[in-house]
Amino acid sequence: MAIKLYLLLLVFLSSAIASFSLYEDQVGLMDWHQRYIGKVKHAVFHTQKTGRKRVIVSTEENVVASLDLRHGEIFWRHVLGTKDAIDGVDIALGKYVITLSSEGSMLRAWNLPDGQMVWETSLHSSHHSKSLLSVPINLKVDKDYPILVFGGGYLHAVSPLDGEVLWKKDFTAEGFEVQRVLQPLESSIIYVLGFLRSSEAVVYQIDSRSGEVVAEKTTAFPGGFSGEISSVSNDKVVVLDSTRSILVTISFLDGGDVSFQKTRISDLVEDSGEAEILPPRFSDMLAVKVNKRTVFVRVGGEGKLEVVDSLSDETAMSDSLPVADDQVAFASVHHEGSKIHLTVKLVDDLETVLLRESIQMDQHRGRVDKVFINNYIKTDRSNGFRALIVMEDHSLLLLQQGAIVWSREEGLASVTDVTTAELPVEKDGVSVAKVEHTLVDWLKGHILKLKGSLLLASPEDVAAIQEMRMKSSGRSKLTRDHNGFRKLFIALTRAGKLFALHTGDGRIVWSVLLNSPACARPSGVSLYQWQVPHHHAMDENPSVLVVGRCGSDSSSPGVLSFVDVYTGKEISSSDIGHSVVQVMPLPFTDSTEQRLHLIADTDGHVHLYPKTSEALSIFQREFQNVYWYNVEDDKGIIRGHGMKSSCSGETADEYCFTTRELWTVVFPSESEKIISTLTRKPNEVVHTQAKVSTDQDVLYKYVSRNLLFVATVSPKGAGEIGSVTPEESALVVYLIDTITGRILHRLSHQGCQGPVHAVFSENWVVYHYFNLRAHKYEVTVVEIYDQSRAENKNVWKLVLGKHNLTAPISSYSRPEMFTKSQSYFFPQSVKTIAVTSTAKGITSKQLLIGTIGDQILALDKRFVDPRRTLNPSQAEKEEGIIPLTDSLPIIPQSYITHSLKVEGLRGIVTAPAKLESTTHVFAYGVDLFYTRLAPSKTYDSLTDDFSYALLLITIVALVAAIYITWAISEKKELSEKWR
Amino acid sequence: MDKGKAVMGAGRRWAVDFSDQSTVPSSRDILDPPGFSRASPEQDDSATSRQKKDAEANWKLQKAWEVAQSPFKNLMMMGFMMWMAGNTVHLFSIGITFSALWQPLSALQSVGKIFEPFKDNKVELLMPKLVFLALNLGGLALGIWKLNTLGLLPTHASDWVSSLPPPQEVEHSGGGFSFH
Repeated sequence: MAIKLYLLLLVFLSSAIASFSLYEDQVGLMDWHQRYIGKVKHAVFHTQKTGRKRVIVSTEENVVASLDLRHGEIFWRHVLGTKDAIDGVDIALGKYVITLSSEGSMLRAWNLPDGQMVWETSLHSSHHSKSLLSVPINLKVDKDYPILVFGGGYLHAVSPLDGEVLWKKDFTAEGFEVQRVLQPLESSIIYVLGFLRSSEAVVYQIDSRSGEVVAEKTTAFPGGFSGEISSVSNDKVVVLDSTRSILVTISFLDGGDVSFQKTRISDLVEDSGEAEILPPRFSDMLAVKVNKRTVFVRVGGEGKLEVVDSLSDETAMSDSLPVADDQVAFASVHHEGSKIHLTVKLVDDLETVLLRESIQMDQHRGRVDKVFINNYIKTDRSNGFRALIVMEDHSLLLLQQGAIVWSREEGLASVTDVTTAELPVEKDGVSVAKVEHTLVDWLKGHILKLKGSLLLASPEDVAAIQEMRMKSSGRSKLTRDHNGFRKLFIALTRAGKLFALHTGDGRIVWSVLLNSPACARPSGVSLYQWQVPHHHAMDENPSVLVVGRCGSDSSSPGVLSFVDVYTGKEISSSDIGHSVVQVMPLPFTDSTEQRLHLIADTDGHVHLYPKTSEALSIFQREFQNVYWYNVEDDKGIIRGHGMKSSCSGETADEYCFTTRELWTVVFPSESEKIISTLTRKPNEVVHTQAKVSTDQDVLYKYVSRNLLFVATVSPKGAGEIGSVTPEESALVVYLIDTITGRILHRLSHQGCQGPVHAVFSENWVVYHYFNLRAHKYEVTVVEIYDQSRAENKNVWKLVLGKHNLTAPISSYSRPEMFTKSQSYFFPQSVKTIAVTSTAKGITSKQLLIGTIGDQILALDKRFVDPRRTLNPSQAEKEEGIIPLTDSLPIIPQSYITHSLKVEGLRGIVTAPAKLESTTHVFAYGVDLFYTRLAPSKTYDSLTDDFSYALLLITIVALVAAIYITWAISEKKELSEKWR
Repeated sequence: MDKGKAVMGAGRRWAVDFSDQSTVPSSRDILDPPGFSRASPEQDDSATSRQKKDAEANWKLQKAWEVAQSPFKNLMMMGFMMWMAGNTVHLFSIGITFSALWQPLSALQSVGKIFEPFKDNKVELLMPKLVFLALNLGGLALGIWKLNTLGLLPTHASDWVSSLPPPQEVEHSGGGFSFH
């Protein structure tokens, strides 16, 4: 009975809740989706025999994909998990793609044509180590040629047919690290070369059928080895010694003997220094980098080394590739001005140049990072070459016959920060009619639409209507529109490149690779809106601030770069001479609407930007009211600082200020570890401070930008879910005022565990965590209300304006606050949570939950409302309070990504449109997805499919009817009079 | 003969209007015969006519009282309708409430007109008028009370603060995790 009731309730609920789903023909009208793969690490071309024009790539975003060589489209793609990094990829038996991932512990085979998984084998591994994949170059289906995988101290032989582990050899005891596996053709003996404690070279000869060690030869090398190794032929490898000044050729002969041959680098090159063996593999040759020069060293018959060529540093090289007539070729690419030169040479004879091409290259792609070449037979039977190059900005290009055949902006697969920007205002000169075609076209379109809405359209008409809607008028124009639907999303990528994406169709409007006078290529850290003119300085273009860093550690000097949003040009780039630990946008702007920013460095000083006297005077006015805090998650301390005085010292300028520590919150390290902190978005607009309940009662929201949400777990529970018992783990959340350091609220969840994903908006926090006792994910909402304002209830005082509700408040006035909270089960694991934001903050909010399935679920805030009760009263129901249920519903129609997936979802960004009802949603991961949402439906505008033609026709018909009836009545009256 | 002409224009040749009732001799073309006075025939009052007038005044007063009390019935009906409509805002209850507000208002506006027929020198109309006013004001009050129960009057604190923006904050802080 209860179940029946529950079902009934569910049916009622699902009908009562307005779902914001799309119709099938609305897909792609407002949203776009772009698929990427990330920066390519390995590329394997199909062999000639398989005949298809495809390339298999694996990337740093843990994607394995098959790309079309003609157009660069993705045939198939698999995104492995974030922890499942791909170590190697190869093609086995001519039909399987073999990937080795997770440091050599996961081996998978994918069907080459369609990407279906054929088998998956989990390999035993004891510790983290370098891994190695060796796939026999053999098309015969034979168990004699197994796939050899080394990783985590074990050598596994795996059958390429079904993924069965044929045998495994345990090397964990000796600490043996396999460096090379050689599988000579027509031989059942495998040579496994490795190092023992970096000072002994060991060669095992292993029977490939049984895994038995046939012979073992250990030779000590007193100098010791250092890592990199280059295999030059079947029986020789070259390695550097520990001082990196001697190249050691290791030859292992049939008998299993190992011999060393040392060559000093100073004997080869005059200006010696620390050398580095470069990764490209050639036969009988290796590339060594000495003193910023690339030196090609040929390995002679007896292990004798000789230098054959040397190149400048800016050269990228491919592995060698067998071409016809037992020749081996390799490609090298180097820059010269705005051009790149692709050269394909024979390894045996560096004078023979098979191909030399020069290609104009966009400056904003940076240097060439990697080259992969592939050959094909031209119609005149000569060899043609195509080169797949990976640029510094992570983009992937295919070069063939002196031209770029296609390019993919793979930098967008690793977006790190996103902000929005406005498009330029439409100029008077640009006529709308040009974009709107002619009046006839417009009418035709509307008549088609009318036919569609009256169900009179034929299938061709329907297709035409759909096409028309897809490229609807001015959707992708480069000017601002009245509703604010056209905007730019500025995305900063890991490669330090800035992209501007148009919300209309997702195309790249401009892109710029960051430069710095101090270092060649700074890494991008974060992105801020620098100048957004909307009241003053209207003739200036808006700009964004990119904070970068020269180097990877936090003490390396920072770089500020200002980029014009309209043109995409870097206005200026400056080396600021101090490190960047935190950037704080202040709520003040100067007369040109440049926002003031404070940048904190590692010494605890803050620096004011822009460095103008006007900004300084604004800042000094508010000097006492500016604070900053620092979360030291490794120590479990939050420190609050206030401004103290100007910096002293020679290097200091007047824009540098010292700080004093005001407060600290220390979490006990034995019981709590900070796992997540969160504040409100600084640009969020809140419409009202009052929350009115059903009985006309008023609650005053505690809306403060200076609130910090902190979640801590027991140190034991900081690991993966299920690694602790419920008794051992507790999750505690805090709300801390960042001015005074006061803990305003503390809530403890016993038996719960992270990871915590939270969203903070207005006066509420919603967070998602795992409940170990219930074995379920939970979502808790905490709403914060101001008790000290609750006295303002006298209507007359309010009418006359005698209240203090709009007076500025200070955190030092000790606000009394109380919270309301409620918890619900949530059936899914979550990757990220965001909330919609609108221009005035009037529209109701939706939570945007990035689920584990890489989709985005829109959940009304009404579902996470602490006022929900089991039996809401009639008045509460009318207000829209949903009866309390133990878990939050997942309504399939409310996935805003509909049938798409945002693979590798990492973040969701929302931005308001000018139209109050509408918000822009941009999700990024490996893929990009954009859509527009109207959480309370578009109550302030007509929908796109509104039939203006029908309205027009109705009006015309009505006017005509009025005239006709008027004429008739006139006539009738006249005849009446004559009677 | 302007009128005759005007009529002739419509197709008739001529016409004489016998129903000319204008009392001012100068406006007429023909003078009154000597000895004829145009004064009202009621001048010649008699006892019978005075009695008649008293009866008429009484009747008028009675009627005026009836009219004055008529809103009471209305009031009762309105009350019943309001009770039927309930306390939630929807089309029916809003319609009822607004008619409950409109009726007394329009009645109050046209008090003079309503009591016009009963106007008499001898009839004291003040009391009926006051009763009429009181009852209509009662109706109005009922309507306003209904409006309030529907929550459409700004009598709660929530009605005055619901659009107040959050207060400005004096202090500003920023920060968070250090960039790694």
